Amino acid sequence: MIIGLDVGGTHTDAVLLGKSGPVKQVKIPTDSSDLFRTVLAGLESITEGIDPRRVRRAVLSTTLTTNMIIQDKVPPVGMIVAGGPGLDPELFRTGDHYHIVAGALDHRGREITPVDRGQVREAARSLARRGITQVGVATKFSVRNPEHELAIAEMIRDRFENVFCGHQFSGHLNFPRRIATTYLNTAVYSVHKDFFEAVRKSLAAKGLNVPIRILKPDGGNMSFEASIGHPAQTILSGPSASVMGAVAFAPKDAVCLVLDIGGTTTDMAILIDGVPLLAPRGIRIGPYKTLIRSLLTESIGVGGDSVIRIRDGKPIIGPRRAGTAMAFGGPEPTPTDAFITLGLSKEGDAKKARRAMAQLGRKFGLEADDTADIVFTAACRQILDSAAAMVDRINSKPVYTVHELWEGQQIRPAHILVLGGPAPCFAKKLEELFDGPVSVVPRWQVANAIGCALARTTSELTLFVDTALGVATAPGEHFTRDIAHDFTKQQAIELALELLREKALRRGANPDHLEMEVVEASQFNMVRGFTTTGKNIRIKVQVKPGLIHGYDPVSETMTNDL
Amino acid sequence: MLKAKHKTGLVFFPAFDWAISPTHPEREERLLYTQDQVFEEGILDIDGVIEIKPDLVTIRDVQRVHFCVPDPWAVMTESHFISAGGAKTIGMAVAEGKVEKGFALVRPPGHHACRVVHGARGFCNVNIEAIMIEYLRRAYGIDKVAIVDTDCHHGDGSQDIYWHDPDTLFISIHQDGRTLYPGTGFVNDMGGPNAVGTTVNIPLPPHTGDEGFLHVIKDVVLPILEDFQPDLVVNSAGQDNHYSDPITNMNFSARGYAELTAMLRADIAVLEGGYSIEGALPYVNAGIILAMAGLDYSNVREPDYDPQKMRQDQNLSARIREIGSLVLENWRNRRLNSAHMRINKDCGRRRRRIFYDTDNIFETQEETIIVCDNCPGALRIDSSSDAGNRILAVHIPAKACDNCRRQGLQWYEQADMERFGQAFLQDRQADEFKEKRP
Ligand SMILES: [Zn+2]
Ligand SMILES: [Zn+2]
Repeated sequence: MIIGLDVGGTHTDAVLLGKSGPVKQVKIPTDSSDLFRTVLAGLESITEGIDPRRVRRAVLSTTLTTNMIIQDKVPPVGMIVAGGPGLDPELFRTGDHYHIVAGALDHRGREITPVDRGQVREAARSLARRGITQVGVATKFSVRNPEHELAIAEMIRDRFENVFCGHQFSGHLNFPRRIATTYLNTAVYSVHKDFFEAVRKSLAAKGLNVPIRILKPDGGNMSFEASIGHPAQTILSGPSASVMGAVAFAPKDAVCLVLDIGGTTTDMAILIDGVPLLAPRGIRIGPYKTLIRSLLTESIGVGGDSVIRIRDGKPIIGPRRAGTAMAFGGPEPTPTDAFITLGLSKEGDAKKARRAMAQLGRKFGLEADDTADIVFTAACRQILDSAAAMVDRINSKPVYTVHELWEGQQIRPAHILVLGGPAPCFAKKLEELFDGPVSVVPRWQVANAIGCALARTTSELTLFVDTALGVATAPGEHFTRDIAHDFTKQQAIELALELLREKALRRGANPDHLEMEVVEASQFNMVRGFTTTGKNIRIKVQVKPGLIHGYDPVSETMTNDL
Repeated sequence: MLKAKHKTGLVFFPAFDWAISPTHPEREERLLYTQDQVFEEGILDIDGVIEIKPDLVTIRDVQRVHFCVPDPWAVMTESHFISAGGAKTIGMAVAEGKVEKGFALVRPPGHHACRVVHGARGFCNVNIEAIMIEYLRRAYGIDKVAIVDTDCHHGDGSQDIYWHDPDTLFISIHQDGRTLYPGTGFVNDMGGPNAVGTTVNIPLPPHTGDEGFLHVIKDVVLPILEDFQPDLVVNSAGQDNHYSDPITNMNFSARGYAELTAMLRADIAVLEGGYSIEGALPYVNAGIILAMAGLDYSNVREPDYDPQKMRQDQNLSARIREIGSLVLENWRNRRLNSAHMRINKDCGRRRRRIFYDTDNIFETQEETIIVCDNCPGALRIDSSSDAGNRILAVHIPAKACDNCRRQGLQWYEQADMERFGQAFLQDRQADEFKEKRP
C-alpha cells in the first residue's frame, strides 16, 4: 500500500491506497506554524490500525520550503557568481552574502577569462568570517561547460558544510534563473533535510520504517535521498498533486482542462491526451524566477469563499476572501451561499445562505434565488474566461522553426475535470456554460493526496554535443565525454536516454515503468568559411509526468465505487 | 528588479529549419548563438521585455509593395511569409501602443528586394520592412516614415521601393559601393524627380569603426531626422558592419551598435544581414535589445574585443567627416537639387539592369514616373528577365492626384498584351491589386 499526503494551506489530506482501491482517507486541519506536527498527525492517523509492513512508501507534498521562501524566512547563505561580459550580475543579487568574481565562458563553453582564484579565496574568507555554512556557485554558461563552477567549488569546499553548483539543477540556459535556483536550493537545504530526517526518525520510533518520497512541482516524485541534492524541487508541489489526481480520469485522446476549485482560489491546468502540460520556463516564486521545472498551472482568485463586489450592476467574484461563507457563519455573501441557495448542496445553514443572497439581491433589485443564480453563473464564467485566456497564452507561445509555425497546432480543451471542495456544485453550472462534457474527479476532496501517492518518478536531462570541439556534456550529471567527429544525432539521442534512465533510477524510479520521451532533438551544421566544421546537437529528454502502473485499477475501482 | 525603461517587444524567429543552401551564410545556424546568448542573459525575463509570436503576412500585404513575377508563391517560401510577418507583428504592437519599441529578430532578411521581384537577390526575396510600413500606413494611417538602414550593404531594394516617395525618408549607411555588393548607394543618389532628397546615401570607407559610425549618426542622421519629422522611425538593423563579419570590411563593435541604437531611438528595428554568427551576432543583438529597452549595455562586449586594434585612423576619420558634410549639403539643398533635376525633360525615365545574384537572373527595367507637383506620381515599369518573363507593372500611390491616377489606370488598361506576359496594377488609393494576362 502507498500513502499519499498533501499539506494544503488550510487542510492536510492523506490517503492509503491498496492494489484494489483506497483503504482509507483522512482530512485534518493544517497547523502552518507547526508543519512537522501536521505531517506526523496525518501519517499517524492514516496508518492507525494498519500493519506498517504493508506500507511500501509514503509520498509527501508539503508547503515547508514554499512557505519559507514566500515568507522570506530563509537562512543567510552565500553565493559566488561569475558572469563576465553582459548584464551586470549585481542585478541578480540574492542577499548580503553575494560575491562576484572574474571569470567568463562563451556560448559554446570556451573560456574567455579564467576564474580569478584570488577573488574566490577572498569571497570564501569573507563568507566564512560571517558564519556562512552553505554556499551556492553559479557561472554564466556553466551548462555548456561546468569547469568554472567546479573549480570554484573545489577551492572552497573545505571551508563550508555544503557547496552547490548551478549546473546541477538544470540544463537550461538562463544565468539569472540559475543564480536564483542555486540560491534557493542552497537556502532551503538545511531546513528541508532536518525536517524530513525528523519525520523519518519519528516514524521509525513508531515502528513505521517506510521510505519517504517527495512530490515535485512537475507532477513527479523523487526519493528523500535524491531530494537532499535538489531541495528546492519541493517547492510549489501542491497544484501538481491535484493535477496528478485528475490524470487517471482524463480522456486519453483529448485536451482536458483541470480545475481545482478551493475556498480562495481555483488552480487551472491542461492535460493533453492524459499528460499534463509543463510550464515552458521554470517556477516563479516570490521575487524569484527559477529553472525549477513544473506543470503549467495558473491560479485565479475565484473560489467558494470569495467575496462578491458589484461593478456596473454586475457581480465580480473575488479575489479576496473574508472568511467562510455566511452559511457557515462567515461575514460576507459568497458563491458557496449561492449554490446552497440554489439547492445544489445540502451542507451549511440554508437559511443563512438564503439571507446572504437576499441581502446581496437588494443591490440588484432581485430575489434571493435570482441573485444566487447570477452570482454562481458569474463565478463559473470568470473561471472559464480565465481558462480561455490561459489557453490563448499557451497557443501564443513563440516557436522557432518554420515547420512548427506553419503546422502549429492550437490546443482547445474539449473536456473539463473538476476537483476540490465544492467540485460537484461547480461542475453542474460549468456544464451549462461549457461546450463539452464536465466531470467531477472521483473522491474529489482527496484527489490531490491520491495524485501524490500515484505520481511517477520524473527526471529530465539535457545533452549538448559539439562535434567541432569533440565533446558531449550533460550538465548536472557530471557527464562530459570526448566524442568522435562523426557522432550523430541518433547516437546523441541514445546517449541522452541512457543517461536519463540512470538518473531516474537513482531518483527512485521503477525500471519497468519508465516512460521516456525525446522533447527536443535538433542538429545544426556548424559552417566556418565555406566548410562544415562540425555539428551542434541539442537533445532534451524526460520521463513524462504520469501515474505508476499497477495502481491504475485502483482508480477504476474508485470510479465505480462512487 | 530589472525593469525596461521602454517597454520593448521582441519577435524572435530564427527559422532553425530553413537555409538558402547548407553552407550559405543565410543558413539554419545563423541565429543559434544569438538565441543562446539572449536566453542565457535572461533578457526575456526582464520586466518590460516581451516576446511576441509572429503572424504570417498575407498576399495582400505583399502586393501592397511588390510586383512578384509570376506570383508571390513563386518567389516566396513559408519562411518569407513568417519573417515579413514578424516585422508586421512588431509594427502592429508598436502602432497599437502595446509596446513602445519593437525589434523583429527574424530571418530571412529583405532590404535588397526591390519593387519588382523575379527572384532572390542578396539573400532577399521580399522587402520585410516595406511590407510592414505599407501595412502600418494602411491600417493605422501613419504618414511620414524614416528608414535608417545600418546594414553594411547598401539597402538598394528599400531605396528602389521608396525612390519616388517624398513621405519616406530612406537613409542608408553602408560600406562604399566601389568595394562591396551591391555596388550602389552613392552620395549623389538622392531620389527621383518627385522625391529629391528623401533618399540619403552615406557610403563609408572600409575599416570605419565606432567613432565613424557614431559621428555619422549624431552629426548627419539625427539632424536630417530632426528636419524630416517622421511619425515613425524604422532601423534596418543589419549587423555585418561588425569587425568580425566574414563578408565585409568594417570595424564596428557590439558596444558601438548598442550606442547607435540608443542614439537613433528608432521605434522599430528589423534584423537584416550579419554573418559573424558566433563572434558578433550574440553580442550585437543582446546590445541592441538592451539599448532599445533603455537598459545598461555598457558591459556587453565580444570576447576578442580590443579597442586599441579597432581604433580608427585619423585620415579615415577626416574622410568620413567629408562624406558627412557632402550628405548634409545635399540635404539642405534638396529643393535646389530637385529644380536642377527637373530641367532635364527625361528625368522621369530610367533604364536599368538588375542582377539577382542569389538566383542568377538578369532583369532589364524601363521605368517611367509622372513628374508631378501635386503628388508622388504614377509609376510604370516595363520589366523583362532573362528567364523569359516580360511584365508591365503600374503603381498608383495612395496620395496620387487625379491626373496621375488617370494616367496609371490608362497605362494598365491600354497595356499592349501582345508584348507582356502579365500586367499588374497596384492601386494604393483603392488598396487593390489587379492582374491580367493575354
Ligand atoms: Zn548586409
Ligand atoms: Zn500627380
